[in-house]
Amino acid sequence: MEKQVQYLDEAVIRFAGDSGDGMQLVGTLFSNTSGSVGNDVNTFPDYPSEIRAPEGTLYGVSAYQIQFGQKRVNTPGNKIDLLVAMNASSLKVNLPHVKKGGLIIANSAGFDDKNLKLARYEKNPLEDNSLSDYHIVPLNISNIVKEELKDSTISPKHVDRTKNIFALGMTYWLYDRPLNHTEKWLEGKFGKKADILASNKKVLKAGWEFANKSEVFKTQYKIKRSDMKPGHYRNITGNNAAAIGLVVAAHKANMPLFLGSYPITPATEILHFISGYKQFKVKHLQAEDEIAGVCSAIGASYGGYLAATTTSGPGLSLKVEAIGLAVILELPLVIIDVQRGGPSTGLPTKPEQSDLFMAMYGRHGEAPLPIVAATSASDCFDMTIEAARIAIKYMTPVILLTDGYIAQGTNPWRIPNLDELPDIKPKFVTNPEGFAPYKRDPQTLARLWAIPGTQGLEHRIGGLEKEDITGLVSQDPANHQKMVNIRAKKIEGIANDIPLAVVEGEQQGDLLILGWGGTYGAIKDAFDKLRSEGKKVSYCHLKHLNPFPKNLEQILKSFKRILIPELNMGQLKSIIRSTYMIDSIGLNKVQGLPLKAYEVEDKVNELLKVKE
Amino acid sequence: MNTVVDEIRFRQHEGTVEYTPKDFKAGIDVRWCAGCGGYSILAQVQRIMPTLGIPKEKIAFISGIGCSSRFPYYMDVFGVHSLHGRAIAIASGLKVARPDLSLWIATGDGDCMSIGGNHFIHACRRNINLNVLMFNNEVYSLTKGQYSPTSQQGQVTKSSPLGVLDDPFNPASLALGSGASFVARGYDGDPKYLQYLFERAAKHNGFSFVEIYTNCVIYNDGAFDLFTRKDTRNEHSVMLEHGKPLIFGDNKDKGIKLDGFTPKVVSLTDGKYSVDDLLVHNEKDSTLAFILANMTYNQELPRPMGVFQAIERTTYEQKVEDQIAYYSGKPGAGKLENLLIDEDSWEIK
Ligand SMILES: Cc1ncc(C[n+]2csc(CCOP(=O)(O)OP(=O)(O)O)c2C)c(N)n1
Ligand code: SF4
Ligand SMILES: [Mg+2]
Repeated sequence: MEKQVQYLDEAVIRFAGDSGDGMQLVGTLFSNTSGSVGNDVNTFPDYPSEIRAPEGTLYGVSAYQIQFGQKRVNTPGNKIDLLVAMNASSLKVNLPHVKKGGLIIANSAGFDDKNLKLARYEKNPLEDNSLSDYHIVPLNISNIVKEELKDSTISPKHVDRTKNIFALGMTYWLYDRPLNHTEKWLEGKFGKKADILASNKKVLKAGWEFANKSEVFKTQYKIKRSDMKPGHYRNITGNNAAAIGLVVAAHKANMPLFLGSYPITPATEILHFISGYKQFKVKHLQAEDEIAGVCSAIGASYGGYLAATTTSGPGLSLKVEAIGLAVILELPLVIIDVQRGGPSTGLPTKPEQSDLFMAMYGRHGEAPLPIVAATSASDCFDMTIEAARIAIKYMTPVILLTDGYIAQGTNPWRIPNLDELPDIKPKFVTNPEGFAPYKRDPQTLARLWAIPGTQGLEHRIGGLEKEDITGLVSQDPANHQKMVNIRAKKIEGIANDIPLAVVEGEQQGDLLILGWGGTYGAIKDAFDKLRSEGKKVSYCHLKHLNPFPKNLEQILKSFKRILIPELNMGQLKSIIRSTYMIDSIGLNKVQGLPLKAYEVEDKVNELLKVKE
Repeated sequence: MNTVVDEIRFRQHEGTVEYTPKDFKAGIDVRWCAGCGGYSILAQVQRIMPTLGIPKEKIAFISGIGCSSRFPYYMDVFGVHSLHGRAIAIASGLKVARPDLSLWIATGDGDCMSIGGNHFIHACRRNINLNVLMFNNEVYSLTKGQYSPTSQQGQVTKSSPLGVLDDPFNPASLALGSGASFVARGYDGDPKYLQYLFERAAKHNGFSFVEIYTNCVIYNDGAFDLFTRKDTRNEHSVMLEHGKPLIFGDNKDKGIKLDGFTPKVVSLTDGKYSVDDLLVHNEKDSTLAFILANMTYNQELPRPMGVFQAIERTTYEQKVEDQIAYYSGKPGAGKLENLLIDEDSWEIK
């Protein structure tokens, strides 16, 4: 049969099935293959919060969404072009996200009476014409793989487990992707189990052939490679990027690394990764609680380590007192807060940006500290290094804000050459001559770092207010004022050492979108679309939240109106108002969902209708 | 690549390591009340420090908050006066990072067993080599006299004007139950014995817990008189000595005998029992340690003092070092490229 070829700029596909169907795996393999052919890729895993949800249920559905394209792909995409649904529940849960006219490949074996009942379908949707808005392709994948592998020696259970690989093979034909990247992965994974390896390879190929021959797939889609900068790439989650960022920052600083942490969703993977880095001499302590997590990190920092603690909202609440101690001790510390929906236990697996206030103000006393935020999964690497750089250079705790969305989603990360990264130079003192614990570098106002083990530098520090320079305990009123001022000035001064904010679009005008952190992808997509439609709107995205870039005030004053989309009730908006006396318009979403590009577009279009 | 910290960690001390107690005095005024038990503890610590043969720069005192937690300011070594309850957590991170340091914790009964209780029990079980000196005065002193987790039932304090209702912790039992490898008890008024306990704690390679009955002259004066005053202590306390029978009394005329698992006081003069019938202490016997610690609040029995248990087992920080040595010693280990580029990566030319 003659097939048509259609070129696309980008596509969004979603693999959905039961928790045990291997959807995360095929999603990952598809995105890695797409990266390897030179597409930009952005993914988001969507798995149940239950550990082993009962089979076939609506809440047991596990999905993996991928957007890949020729141009920059900033988000996992909105509406789905292709849904692979392995059972009835996965169809039901994901159907609302499928484009009208979109393609749905449904494993009809997953639509038997039992599955239909679990999915609360009265009638089989594959047979009752209810899906006439879509291009639905029912296939009994279970039978197909049974037939394909009838000569194989592997058990029927293992045969059935290859369904996902068959589906993956079909998607490879549909989007014209090669099999070799996945074959190589299978060889690495099943190298020692020849029969399983052979079966999987066979089924993968069979999926490809099936789609190629089948009458129902009339079109093959092609997406040209994007002009990505040459180099090595890999798809990486934000948590993995942060973990690697810590190791690389320690390497750049020529310091050993310590992580003190307590498990909490969605930050736990950073602890998982770090605990496996013993070959890099990384030390970690899974502490008894978050307080001990941060305190042990403070201890390690006192001992001369690059020390970090990783957590999410509830854990940050527990760390607050100790972070204040790090502020007055003036010890470097990287605090990574992977934000999730709050308050309290809130929405443990869902993203939000509602810890900005706590990062900014959540300590007693005057205790300013630098705050940075990452814009994407791969940016978690850069911003972890930035947090470490600031912490060490200015002898201060630094909070890095990421969120559950970028922490678990992926995008291709161009693996940097280590020389491209900023140098980090800790200022250890070793000479007792003229030493005083709170003597400062006149430029950065950072105190010098004297670590135990250095002969002649024995000294005491603590949480009580200390006298300038000597660090001796002091209750003197004027001294307290002075020390509060110094600590504040030190943090303010960091503004001279961070990149200026950048405005895309006109540098002045009517409407500026101001974003921060993990909503970058959605706002950027919206902005690009609006610009391509000729709309007059500008965009500035912040990664440094305390201090702000030096030119931010100037930028804000160059626009009549400012729109601040954020996943909270207006925290940046409020800080901007209190800092610069500049009011703005909020686009505030707190649904446990990431920001969507169309939400920003709609808001901007609405604002543009009423000209100021 | 050797880091700066490695360099400092393995650097040799210049000159000899010969000190006098004076070398450990920080040269600032000690601000405890006259008569506070803290003075004796400080003096004994300063007295034993020179005997340890550890360079001053390798010693650090970490404390929480409380009268007792002022301690680090008075020692001319490294020190951190940290947060209420958190000294052990901070020291745990420091020790894992820097096993070369000799770490001491000065803490109070509130600091250690109340707000810091969680860190305490977990440090016990991990067996991190920390020397914890708990100044037990059975009261919160710095905050001016509220009851603490070791205050006795009925004790009248500012926050228990009608008497404490809670049952107290028995610190030695708590430490043993949490897996501490070295557990001992002494009191401020016996300098020689405190020195002995501190030296033992210092030399014990593992978590050491020394509970010190410390008189607070202001908020709980005389709380331990029965066990510490010359005229009463012989009748009301018993010294634990490794390999020796438990004998006590003004005339050494009483002893402790085990009746099943229950310790009983027996007379050595009424002809029924001799020294050979008495319980013989064994620091290596953890079951015995529990029985002895459990004597603590039993009014019928003398209060046990001394080393309840001293059992060596591999420290946490040593296990971390061993893991690191093993994995970083493998061929190709430590190559950052292997961390950056994984099996899923690809190249764009
Ligand atoms: C987070 C916190 N809560 C409460 C306090 C107040 N506080 C300081 S010391 C203390 C109790 C001290 O008792 P203890 O540890 O027995 O020490 P002592 O003064 O008796 O030596 C309290 C409640 C504090 N400093 N920090
Ligand atoms: S109040 Fe008590 S514990 Fe505090 S210094 Fe005075 S005597 Fe010592
Ligand atoms: Mg006390």
